[in-house]
Amino acid sequence: MYIKQTFSALALLVCSALPAMSGAQVPVPKSKQDSIARADSIARADSIALVKQLEKELGAQNADTSAAPSRAQGPAATGSYMNIGFVALTDAGWSTAHDIGKIERGDHDPKVNGFTIPNAEISLDGNVDPYFKGFSNIVLKIDSAGNSGIELEEAYGLTTSLPWNLQLKFGQFFAEFGRQNPQHPHSWAFIDAPLVLTRMFGPDGLRSQGVRLSWLLPTPFYTEALVAVMNATGETATSFRSPESSDIHGGVIDDRPVSNGFSDLLIVPRLNTSFDLTETQTVVLGVSGAFGPNNSGPSATTQIYGADLYWKWKAATAQAGFPFLSLQTEAMWRHYDAAQRLAKDELLVTLPSEVLKDRGAYAQVLWGIKPRIVAGLRGEFEHGNPGSFATDLRGDQTRWSPNLTWYPTEFSRVGVQYNYDNRKAIGTDHSLWLQLQFLIGAHAAHKF
Amino acid sequence: MINRMAALGLGAISFISAQATAQLKVVATTPDLASVAREIGGDRVNVVALAKPTEDPHFVDAKPSFIVILNRADALVEGGAELELGWLPPLLENSRNSKVAAGAPGRIVASEGIRLLEIPTSFDRSKGDIHSLGNPHYMIDPAAAKVVARNIATHFAALDPKNAAAYNANLARFNSRIDAKLADWQKQLAPYRGAKIVTYHRDFIYFAQRFGLSIVDELEPKPGIAPSPAHLAQVIGEMKRDNVKVILVQPFQNRKTAETVARQTGATVIDAPQQPGAARNTSSYFDNMDNLVHSIADELGEKK
Repeated sequence: MYIKQTFSALALLVCSALPAMSGAQVPVPKSKQDSIARADSIARADSIALVKQLEKELGAQNADTSAAPSRAQGPAATGSYMNIGFVALTDAGWSTAHDIGKIERGDHDPKVNGFTIPNAEISLDGNVDPYFKGFSNIVLKIDSAGNSGIELEEAYGLTTSLPWNLQLKFGQFFAEFGRQNPQHPHSWAFIDAPLVLTRMFGPDGLRSQGVRLSWLLPTPFYTEALVAVMNATGETATSFRSPESSDIHGGVIDDRPVSNGFSDLLIVPRLNTSFDLTETQTVVLGVSGAFGPNNSGPSATTQIYGADLYWKWKAATAQAGFPFLSLQTEAMWRHYDAAQRLAKDELLVTLPSEVLKDRGAYAQVLWGIKPRIVAGLRGEFEHGNPGSFATDLRGDQTRWSPNLTWYPTEFSRVGVQYNYDNRKAIGTDHSLWLQLQFLIGAHAAHKF
Repeated sequence: MINRMAALGLGAISFISAQATAQLKVVATTPDLASVAREIGGDRVNVVALAKPTEDPHFVDAKPSFIVILNRADALVEGGAELELGWLPPLLENSRNSKVAAGAPGRIVASEGIRLLEIPTSFDRSKGDIHSLGNPHYMIDPAAAKVVARNIATHFAALDPKNAAAYNANLARFNSRIDAKLADWQKQLAPYRGAKIVTYHRDFIYFAQRFGLSIVDELEPKPGIAPSPAHLAQVIGEMKRDNVKVILVQPFQNRKTAETVARQTGATVIDAPQQPGAARNTSSYFDNMDNLVHSIADELGEKK
């Protein structure tokens, strides 16, 4: 490493010295300019040749795509090698539903009448070395029974200097499916997760262990293509080989080791693009997919498709980011190929092979009325085709949620949200939720 | 407005698509840094600014189009001192451009070598949104702009050694122009040495120090904290006591609040944009400083 840096510095020194020797300090007559330009191009070619030669001598394992070391000193360093932040969501509220957990299905949603802390997140991040960044989110939460739980929500490395505009993520991470799934609850605009997300991805969102490759395309506008290959097994791989999948397909779980090679893994591709419509308006469009095995049978599979749109207007003279208007919407479709299977709750009943089709969408509008005040409205629905069995998880539901949020600063937020839930064959419910969020420590920057 | 939009759009497109030109592709986070980069780079560089001139540099949206601009850049000029902390890191993370990675020759931290004011002795957000490296609003001190220009010239010369002499010549010309202008600006403001002013945010402290103005208070009770009625009442009292007749606001700050205070005190609110391009006919750093000094001197002269 040190040797490589020394050579890079040497190469840079040679690069800078060669043209300097031509001594173009004073105005140069036009007749001489051509020959100087020629000399410059020879010098440049020589220096490129030298770098190539050095690269060759150092061997392929040392081929460096990262930058040459800095020769300038930055401002006095503060802090440590790691950013540490802590965000807590403290909720309170009341719902007319007797089964709140059935309408507030997310793990970080308020699910009890009274008070709760559904998410208290320790986030750690920093540069590992010149080649990797590291991130981790450790989530503590108090469940509806009042017990504390802990989960390793994310822990991943990210490359910083791969060639060809590639970037690799590896570890445990949220699948980059759609817009909200990879976001952490403190950056959601509403107090709870959209219905369609918990229907497709379960209480914790779709996250698993794996790798993700991303390519920033050489287009004049932003286009990023991503594909993740992840484990399809585990409680955060709802819709795939989750131990709780009986709630989706009604059958006994086909519990087997991962043995079918690549087809036993979960593949999550995504294409994301964005345009600035005007100086003050930007739109981001994405399509995603998630394909993998499910555990209704030995070779049963699930396919989920998604489309998402985000549009934002922000005034050219915005104060602290206000006023603004934004629209975010996501639609998802799931084809769950359920194999012929033994019913879980009824002895000796075999459920037929069938395709369980689900779909759902939400749209939310946010209006940043004046500095620090945001009014929002979200509308959503979810629908499932009738299966050969009944399950709460596949019922039809609509929900309307107006909300109002006050941000005293970027580090705290106070929100109130009303939910009108309408479940087919169950009826309507009303819920009122309050939330106070606070962040201490490192200030996570805002992604668009 | 539409013309400026078109100009910005075309600028970004030519920046992104200019594959084969020999120009250095330079991204500056704010228009003032972009202007200095243009002064130093001349026609050897193609400079694009990310933040709009009228935009609060603390609260720029991390738009995906910026990722593309950063991905294709040879150099990035950032204000540093955590000015862009809320939006630049995710852009850089996704831009995957080692030319502008921290420590690379293409990464130009403009504040390097500037003696920043108000470096906190403890990190405590109950004191407002303070920056651990000091107050980042240094560009309206022309002496700081010279340091920025030197930083930019040094990095340009390292990135493009063939044109090092030209960058150094541009730096020398920039410095002598700053020296001449600074004398002129100081002359314009000399009659008002010690004049008391109020600002919206703590963003004029370097200017006040350079030109001998005295900032009595800010409308914000603490940096980044919205003005409260109780604090404004206190400011009104201070302004009456000290006979403060001028309140400086930038385009993205709440002019209505400033006008309310002005009505109570007989003061005048002055539009004091720090970014070139925010006021009419201020496309460069010099134009903007001219405008800033003129408007403040004129108003202080009226009120004298």
